Amino acid sequence: MLKFILRRTLLMIPQLILLSLIIFMLAKAMPGDAVTGAFMGNPDATPEQIEKIREKFGLNDPWYQQYGRWIGKAVKGDFGQSYTHQQPVTTLIAGRVENTVLLSLFTAIMIYLMAIPLGIIAGRWTDTWADKMIVTYNYFAFATPLFVFALLMLFLFSFVLGWFPIGGTVDIRIETGTWDYVVSRAKHLFLPVMSAALIGTYATIQYLRNDIIDQKIKDYVKTARAKGVPEGKVYTRHILRNSLLPIAAFLGYEITGLIGGSIFIESIFSYQGLGQLFLQSINLRDFTVVTALVMIFGTATIVGTLLSDIILSIVDPRIRIE
Amino acid sequence: MKKPVLDIKDLRTSFRIKGDYYAAVDGVTLTVHENEVVAIVGESGCGKSALALSIMGLHDHKNTKLEGQVNFGDENLLSLSRSRLNKVRGKDIGMIFQDPMTALNPLATIGRQIEEPMDYHMKLSASDKKKRTMELLRRVGIKNEQRVYEQYPHELSGGMRQRVVIAIALACDPVLLLADEPTTALDVTIQAQIMDLMKELQNQMKTGIILITHDLGVVAEMADRVVVMYAGEVVEIADVKELFENPLHPYTRSLLNSIPSNLEAKEKLHVIDGIVPSIQNLDREGCRFAPRIEWIPEEDHEKNPEMHEATPNHFVRCSCYKTFYFPEDRVGEREYVATNS
Repeated sequence: MLKFILRRTLLMIPQLILLSLIIFMLAKAMPGDAVTGAFMGNPDATPEQIEKIREKFGLNDPWYQQYGRWIGKAVKGDFGQSYTHQQPVTTLIAGRVENTVLLSLFTAIMIYLMAIPLGIIAGRWTDTWADKMIVTYNYFAFATPLFVFALLMLFLFSFVLGWFPIGGTVDIRIETGTWDYVVSRAKHLFLPVMSAALIGTYATIQYLRNDIIDQKIKDYVKTARAKGVPEGKVYTRHILRNSLLPIAAFLGYEITGLIGGSIFIESIFSYQGLGQLFLQSINLRDFTVVTALVMIFGTATIVGTLLSDIILSIVDPRIRIE
Repeated sequence: MKKPVLDIKDLRTSFRIKGDYYAAVDGVTLTVHENEVVAIVGESGCGKSALALSIMGLHDHKNTKLEGQVNFGDENLLSLSRSRLNKVRGKDIGMIFQDPMTALNPLATIGRQIEEPMDYHMKLSASDKKKRTMELLRRVGIKNEQRVYEQYPHELSGGMRQRVVIAIALACDPVLLLADEPTTALDVTIQAQIMDLMKELQNQMKTGIILITHDLGVVAEMADRVVVMYAGEVVEIADVKELFENPLHPYTRSLLNSIPSNLEAKEKLHVIDGIVPSIQNLDREGCRFAPRIEWIPEEDHEKNPEMHEATPNHFVRCSCYKTFYFPEDRVGEREYVATNS
């Protein structure tokens, strides 16, 4: 087991190198650079000045030199300076990682809390009114774009009803570490989490429902019934164990998907996380921040895949690694 | 006279297909006694598996209608509540399934799966359960039981898995065993091993066994009594020796005639004309086998074919057995008749 994890982890190294190369090239291929982003439309900046700044930041060097400089520092945790924020990218990101992780974690928890019971109900009692309602909800969740739904939630619960703050992560007047601080954070988290979760459930519900429908006609279920196992236990001990397997395996993908997918939610709720920073940085052509963030999102995906593999190898005896 | 264990009276199992119910088991009456092996034979689709699943209540309840009686002990299994039925299944009646590759839960150890029925039907401590499971594994011929106990189904071969399936069925000392084609999914050498095991177990225990199969070799080897089914109905019941020596119903005779045994070169194997009708297209009036023996005149069949006791304890449906012949046997005779007149 340990050997498997080690081998899978080592395999990540070439993946990461390739990822960093692609990201760097793509970033370079984007029209404009940090300097155009910062000084565009500034009538006082002469072309000579701009050229001087370019030279100073090494933006005129060949790409492999720039890449070498970038990756060499990146492995030490230094992603350079943000041109627009005038502070190290690492500090900038570190201040926001916690917010995004909290948002993604709670969204994932809410998704599973809603999707697993609903999927089980729909799968076990197929074609009942409960199943039909769940499936209908699923169609809505699937068809509704996240940004439209999130805006609606924001409009209704913050603007019209005023139950929740319009945006941000916490009230600025509150001191860190107090109970009020926790409450304020929770209030700020609630809407973004629920918006993402309510329409993020469809994949899990649909998958679970279909898998239960598949499993419940299998022969081993007949064997269980022939043993005299009560119907409830037939589900908990036999069908659900088999049906939840792929769901558990998707956990890794799901969480990293949420971290990367926080862009819309964070922008709409002005939530100071990585996603919001990402969108801002693209608009400002803040090249160093963008590459660092894409690198983080990409790494999260690779780690998520690893996590899923490890989870699956733990829960499924058929792919247990010697 | 031996004590009856299971007494089925006029059992009718109907499945809903596009809104209408069609009977797959159509009025089966059958008794199984203590320590008796009753074989049910017939082609695929004749309703023999549906019969076994009906006894166990394993059909999809929403789309199945069960009528008649399945008397077991002093209860009619068909009228029992789900929870009451669960007290019988796995305890008094054990079932052996057809395909050992799919009959076991892939995520549970063999030990857990054999112990599971004991959880519900026996009050045993964990260590007693384990002891009993080890004993069962040895009894079904698994030698390295310590290891197999911890293993998962995918780590075992098909034959081993079928032994495990048998151990599950035997877990709570049932008085009746339902074996639904227990050897069909296995290859020939393993089939022989499993049949030997079943025979051995049958000798040790006093269980009644319903053995569902289309393998007449298995029937000859194991059964005490044979029930021949065709298109949802029982067409002949007889002791095994009597049935093989003196088959009466045209269907039974055709079946026995289709076995490629002692065949001389160039001799043609008998083939039954036509196919088993599907339950939607089945003509439920008159003799159901009539369309497949068209050379027998209509007046030789009964309008409502009944079971007749042709010889003591040998029952056959419809009167057509009296005049039935195979056309290929009569070729010479007809020529003889022709030259004489």
